[in-house]
Order: sequence, then structure tokens, then C-alpha cells
Amino acid sequence: MSLPMREQLIFQYSRAGRGARAQWPPAVPADAPVVPEALRRQQRPLLPEASELDVVRHYTRLSQLNFSIDTHFYPLGSCTMKYNPKACNAAALLPQFAGRHPLASASHGQGFLACMFELQEMLKAVSGMRAVALSPLAGAHGEFAGVAMIRAYHRARGDLERNEIIVPQAAHGTNPATASMCGCIAREVAVGPDGDVDLAGLRAAVGARTAGIMLTNPSTLGVFERRIEEVARIVHEGGGLLYYDGANLNAILGKVRPGDMAFDAIHMNLHKTFSTPHGGGGPGAGAVGVSARLMPFLPLPIVAREDGAQYRWLGERDLPQSIGRLASFAGNAGVLLRAYVYMRMLGREGMQRVGEYATLNANYLSAQLQQLGFDAAYPQRRASHEFILTLKKQSQEYGVTAMDVAKRLLDLGFHAPTTYFPTLISECLLIEPTETESKQTLDAFVTAMAQILREAQQEPEQLLRAPHTLPVRRLDDVRAARELDLSYHGVER
Amino acid sequence: MPFIPHTEQDVREMLAVIGAPSIEALFDEIPASLRVASLPDVPVGLSEFEIMQLMSARARQDGQPLCFIGAGAYEHHIPAAVWSTVTRGEFYSAYTPYQAEASQGTLQTIYEYQTMMASLTGMQVSNASLYDGATAVAEAVLMAVRANRRSKSARILMPRNLHPHYRAVALASAGNQGVKFEELPYERGSGHTSIEALAPFAGQDFTALVIAQPNFFGVFEEVDALTDFAHAHGALVIAVVNPTSLALLKPPGQWGQKGANIVVGEGQPFGCPLSSGGPYFGFMCTRMEHVRQMPGRIVGRTVDLDGRPGFTLTLQAREQHIRRAKATSNICTNQGLLMMAGTIYMSLMGAEGLERVAALSMTRTEQLARALTAIAGVRRVFARANFHEIVLALDRPVAPVLAALRARGIEGGLDLSDYFPELGCALLVCATETKTTADIDTYARAMSEVLPAARAA
Repeated sequence: MSLPMREQLIFQYSRAGRGARAQWPPAVPADAPVVPEALRRQQRPLLPEASELDVVRHYTRLSQLNFSIDTHFYPLGSCTMKYNPKACNAAALLPQFAGRHPLASASHGQGFLACMFELQEMLKAVSGMRAVALSPLAGAHGEFAGVAMIRAYHRARGDLERNEIIVPQAAHGTNPATASMCGCIAREVAVGPDGDVDLAGLRAAVGARTAGIMLTNPSTLGVFERRIEEVARIVHEGGGLLYYDGANLNAILGKVRPGDMAFDAIHMNLHKTFSTPHGGGGPGAGAVGVSARLMPFLPLPIVAREDGAQYRWLGERDLPQSIGRLASFAGNAGVLLRAYVYMRMLGREGMQRVGEYATLNANYLSAQLQQLGFDAAYPQRRASHEFILTLKKQSQEYGVTAMDVAKRLLDLGFHAPTTYFPTLISECLLIEPTETESKQTLDAFVTAMAQILREAQQEPEQLLRAPHTLPVRRLDDVRAARELDLSYHGVER
Repeated sequence: MPFIPHTEQDVREMLAVIGAPSIEALFDEIPASLRVASLPDVPVGLSEFEIMQLMSARARQDGQPLCFIGAGAYEHHIPAAVWSTVTRGEFYSAYTPYQAEASQGTLQTIYEYQTMMASLTGMQVSNASLYDGATAVAEAVLMAVRANRRSKSARILMPRNLHPHYRAVALASAGNQGVKFEELPYERGSGHTSIEALAPFAGQDFTALVIAQPNFFGVFEEVDALTDFAHAHGALVIAVVNPTSLALLKPPGQWGQKGANIVVGEGQPFGCPLSSGGPYFGFMCTRMEHVRQMPGRIVGRTVDLDGRPGFTLTLQAREQHIRRAKATSNICTNQGLLMMAGTIYMSLMGAEGLERVAALSMTRTEQLARALTAIAGVRRVFARANFHEIVLALDRPVAPVLAALRARGIEGGLDLSDYFPELGCALLVCATETKTTADIDTYARAMSEVLPAARAA
């Protein structure tokens, strides 16, 4: 590993009078309009005074401090870190697409709108839903749209008491947080020892106040909810609706469709299943799909194809019952274009292979790691596209934690799996290899895990003090939160 | 198989390890009644060459009109170094920096971004980005309701001259939590929100006042007086600002006696392509006293085991993955890559470059306004200083005029008749530093040809 070990702050490159002048427009003439004096800025902001080379070198060096899919195996459970094909980016950055103003007319956007319309149609086809809207900007934003639609549906029926959203114990944190943002109360139901929702608990929870249930399937425990039809029947008979959190859609793409499982609303993380880049935290896109009864409530805008194959955005006049507008414009259009290109390259057969090979890779990796002596959280169950190891035994026997294993993996050139989620399982690693990784990469990961297990037994210090080879060692998170240092003030401490 | 590397031999060996007869067998826990055999409604796959041919053809179909629309998304020059750096795989294909040791590049960039934004807005802290300008306003409203413990009303004063889409998003996002919005009218002659518009609320409980600077019409507001009125009533001030304009304008942290409490806006002008509306990034800055009510990720500088500096996500107890139903927001994925573009943009422009962009944009808009109002049937609507957008009134409906301009390859601005019917036949136009004098002449010539023709028709 030859990572550069550190890089100073961009501000430390600054020298008064330096600048990337080729990037600047000319200065304005003396008679140019000026800001009224009372509104004028008196002191310049602290922005770098650096050359273009300074800036390029600095951020290139910073990039080299990162792990990424392009450089490392990144089996981060629940995040679907699959390869992001380069053509998707190239197409989205074609100058006409990149330069198109969001409020430009439809006549200067028929090509773009055709892509958006066809994306809606393909997402309908793979999800089994009746209609799709593309504007939510991320998964949690799609969740908001979904729960807001469920709430609007009950209100439109005069059913004003329904304000409880049921979530399984192991749900993503965004689920209960979304319920709160929609003015609902999150109510947890237990999960049984086999990983499936406890039906008796569900029956007890469903009632006259139930607005709906939010589920991922396969669940966050990495297993398929086998009694999903019974879950749907209980919730629907109780007057609630079903929301599908699409975080784990990759597992079942082309094999089972949420619409066929009787879900009423779904969001799809295009930055997971449809391979748009995660960008170090975003952007995402959280397209939503709905069953027939929620169609009137979809968020704005939506692309429609009219007679003569002309495309246009539908707005308030077309969808008067809509939950409204959720973004400044039409959503993360550049992300949507990337997802469109990805789906067209895979096509109908490629879509089905996604679920198949993601599942093959997860089950293979799970089997290999169990053979090494690691414990699966649900050994009696099939893994979906991801699986959970619990390191309870190793932690008791050798005093090493899941976090220690994760940090040691970084030393060995692998991004760590998700740690300590779901919280239901102690000392857990949630591992999602994705379908784009080869058997050879998975085998190398197994070799690294074998080494780590050996070190845990023989020289646990290697784990407890890991990582040893990265730009920084373990960081003091307590100090970070207690002595807040959230921006640079021009003087090094 | 596209993007799947497995050979037939790999698959055989892997199934043998699993102990399964086929890939199909791995789905045996899924009820057979739910399974789909195929996806006939998805087209067959295309090669990279074929899809690029298709995308290039569609892009050509859309063309590259000469565009004078602003209204929340602005065409600025994007230095080549911005996207050549941002699209490096190490940034582009990384995840959220939860494993700090393996994500110092992203984390340090966020820290630098936070520093630049806090300084630009005159505030103490910035988060690591929200989705876009509209959702940032909605989050600011919810944050103000949490942060202002003196106010019990959850009542927000929202000016009518705030971007109409931002108002709509705030309503759709915050309305579910019992927030009440009161609309403040603007002065018909000047386009700004005068202190008289606040008089009906004097002595009443309201939670926060939203101030847009410049406002949707491009007009400058008297921010000091508005800020002081809100603070005198125990309300917080939410500033909604254009980041480019802050190179020239008094930062919100210095508005009135005490400064704004929360500053939000659309980061798109900083290095983000227009791209039909996204991805952009929303920014949010605040004072240290409110930091625990702020939504979104925040990066802090700390030390590692050897006492050397390093960066990490901090104050995570505000966030959904820790606090669940009691989190400050449900936001998880943000707009990290666009924030990175913004950071590199700010680094290249510096304070002086940004001043030039702002000043030249202001100048070009004034040139455009003069050129267009020299034509019979076009006049200014508001007699007040403006930034890089201006409202013009036509002597006839705007839509057919814009259609005729479009036929000449010009997107001539935004028709305001749906958004602000009270303004009659009004058009919002924008010219940034990317519009040359020749571009402005082209537009003015086309307008002078189109208007008489439209009259004759």
C-alpha cells in the first residue's frame, strides 16, 4: 500500500495575490451597476488564494486517501456498492443534457423527456407497480413521499385517525425518522428468531390507528420475509397500506416484484440497485412507485407521453390531489439519466441476472466464511444479496470486536462491511458483495478474513490497534463531539 | 454478461461450495406464487456503443438554445478542473464516509467546504449538504421550530417573493408536522418585502421569518430592518441566499443587530451543471448555539491515537441511524459529490474570482434589461436595485412570445403569469457572466422582430 499519508488544508496553500486567473471572468467597467452601500459586503470570505495546479494537486491527493469501488472491494451491507459503469456518466454529461436548464421548454427537451418517460416505464416493469414518479432526491426522500401519499390517501377517505406507521424492530433508521417527518408515530413490531416478522405481534399492533407498515424485503437481516402474503393480508384487512423500502431491491431484481407482493408504495434507490455513483455520500435518487389507489397522490412532476409521441411534465392541474412538489425542480435528473443508461445496457435479461448473481455471491461468501469458523446470524436461512455474521463468539474468546475486525480489513485492502447494524444482532458485520465482484475477489476477501481470525487467536493486538497502514489511525470521536472543530479559522492549533 | 464477471466454471465451483444445485435453487425461500419468470416490458439490452448512439441522438434533439432563464438555476462557467477531479473514481464511487480511516479524502473536503460556506455566509457552522435549495428551506423551517423554544405557534412568515417552488416544497414537507405558513405580500412598485408587510404580525407570536436575498424577482431586500423586527419578536431569521451574490453582499451573519439564525440556499451556481434540475446541493449554515438542531451530516476535526489530526463525522446523535424516530431529519444520502464540485469551484475562484462572477452577472443583466426595454412594449416592473435577474412586463401575453423566440433558438426567460398572475404579462430574465454582449444583442434583435410580428398576428 502506498497511500500518501496526509495532506494539508487547501487554505494552507493560500498566498495573497495568487489565484486561478484563467478561470475568472474579466473585471467589470467602472460604470457597472453596484450593490447599494448598506447591503455591501465589507470583508472578503475566507476562500483559498491558490493556483489551478495547487487546487488540482490538493484534491487529487485527497482523493487518494479514499477507498472506493473503483479501487477496493467495498462489501458494505445495505448499500449495494456495485460497479458504476463509465458510460452512464459519459451520457449524462453530454453537453446538451448537462447544459439543459430545468425550466427550459419541453420543445428543447424531448430527448431528455423521452429518457425519463422510458425510465418510468422500466421501473414500473421491474417493480410491478402501476405508476412511478422520479422526483424524490434520495431513498429517505422517497420514503417521505411514500408515507405522505399513504397519509393523503387515508385523509382523502375521511379516515383521519390513522397516524401510526408500523416498522419492524430491525428497520433502517430512516423508516421511523420518516414516519415522524410525516407527522406519524412509529410503532415497532418484533422479529422472530428465524428473522421473519412476528405475526402475532403484528396482529396485535394493527388496528384503527394503523396508517401502514414499512418493510424491506429481503429484510435488513438479510433474509426473505417468507410470510409476506400473510403480512400483507393482516395489514390490508386492518385498513392499512404497505410501504416497500427499496434499499434491498437488488436481491430480488427480476425474481419477485414488490407490486406482486401487494405493496402499495415503494421507493427505489437508483444509487443502489441501478448503479448510479454514491459520490462519497450522494447524490442519490429515490423514485417512487404506487399501486392504483395511490396514483392520484404521486409527487410532482411526472412525465407523460401525449398524442404524437410528444412528452411533457404533468403538474398540479393534471394531478390536483398530489402530495405536491418535493424538490426545486424535477429531481436529480443527471442521476436519473445514469440509471436509464444502466437499465438499457442490462436490458430485460441483465435485470434478472442482477438478483441472481448478487444472491450467488452472498451465499458463496457466507458459506466460505462459515467454513472458516465465523457464525452466521441466521445459519438455517438462505442468504439474500447480503448476510450477517455475528462475532459474539470471537469477542468472548479473544476480546476482539466487530469494529476491530472491520478496521483490520482496511489494512488488508478491503473496505469494511457495515458494522453494528442491525442492532438486533450483537457484534455483527452485514456483508453485501454485489453481483459485479468476481469469485477471485471474494476468495481474496476470505483469505483476509482467515488471516484476521488467526490474528485474533494469536496476536489480537494486530486487530485492537488496527488500522496500521492508513492515513490516520483510529480517531477520537468523543473529542470530536466534545471539542467541536467544524471549520478552520486561519490559525493552526 | 454485462458487468457480471462470472465464468461458467466459477458458477459451478461456487454452487458446489454452497451445496446448491443451481442459482435458481437459492431463491427457494420465496413463495413460488410470487415469482416472475421474465420482464417482457423491459427492452432487450444494448451495447455501450448502441446506448451512446441513442443518447447522443437524443441530446442533439434537445439542442443547446441560448438560455436567459434563471429562476433558481444559473448558468455559470464551470472550470474544467472541477469535473475532471470530481469524477475521479476515488471520489465518485466512494460511499458515505462512515469508516473515517478509509475516507479522509471525502471528510477533509467536507471540512474545507464547511469552512468556506461558514465564512461566505458569516455563520459559525455549516453542514455537509442537503438535497437542494427548496428542501434546504423546508429543513430550515423544521429546524427553526425545534430551535425556537420561546415560540409555541409553529408559525412561519414566508414572503410571497420567495421562489414559488421553494414555498411549495416547504408546504409539502413541513405541513405534515403542523407548521403554519403566513404569506407576506411584496410591494407592487418595488418587488421587495417592506417592513409594513410585517405590521399585521407586530406583537404576535411567530417562530421564524424567512428572508430571500436577493428575492425571486432578483430584487434586493432591506435585510437589516426585517431581521431586527423578527428578533424583537423572539423569532428566528431564516436567510435564503444566492451563494454567488454573497461575494458582494453583506453576509447573513451580519444582518441587523444580531444576524440571521439559519442560512440556506441552492449551491448549484458553484460548479454544478444545470442538468435539467439536478443533482445540485442545498447548503445550510447556522450559529453554534443551534448546531444540535441542525439536520444532515457534519464533519469535525479531531485527533487519532497518535495525537495527529484527522477528520470524522460528528454529532451523529442528531441523525436517523442513531436517533431514529427522534432524529432532526430523515435525511441520509445527501449531495456529497456536488458539494465537492462546489468546494473545488470555490477554491479555484477564490474571493476575487467570485466577486468578478457576481459583478459581471449583475452587469450583464442590466445590459440585457436596457436592451430589451429599449423595445416598444417592454418595460421594467420594479424600480429597485437587483442582482442578476429582473422582471420585465410585456404588452401582451408572454407564452406566444417565448414560443416565437424558441423557434429562433432562444429560451427567453420564465413566464410568470402562472406563478404571479397579479403581475400580468411578466417575464423573469437572467444573464450571467456566460452571456456576451453579442448574445444580448441576439436576444434583443429577436425580441424586436418577434414583438411586432406577434402584434400583427
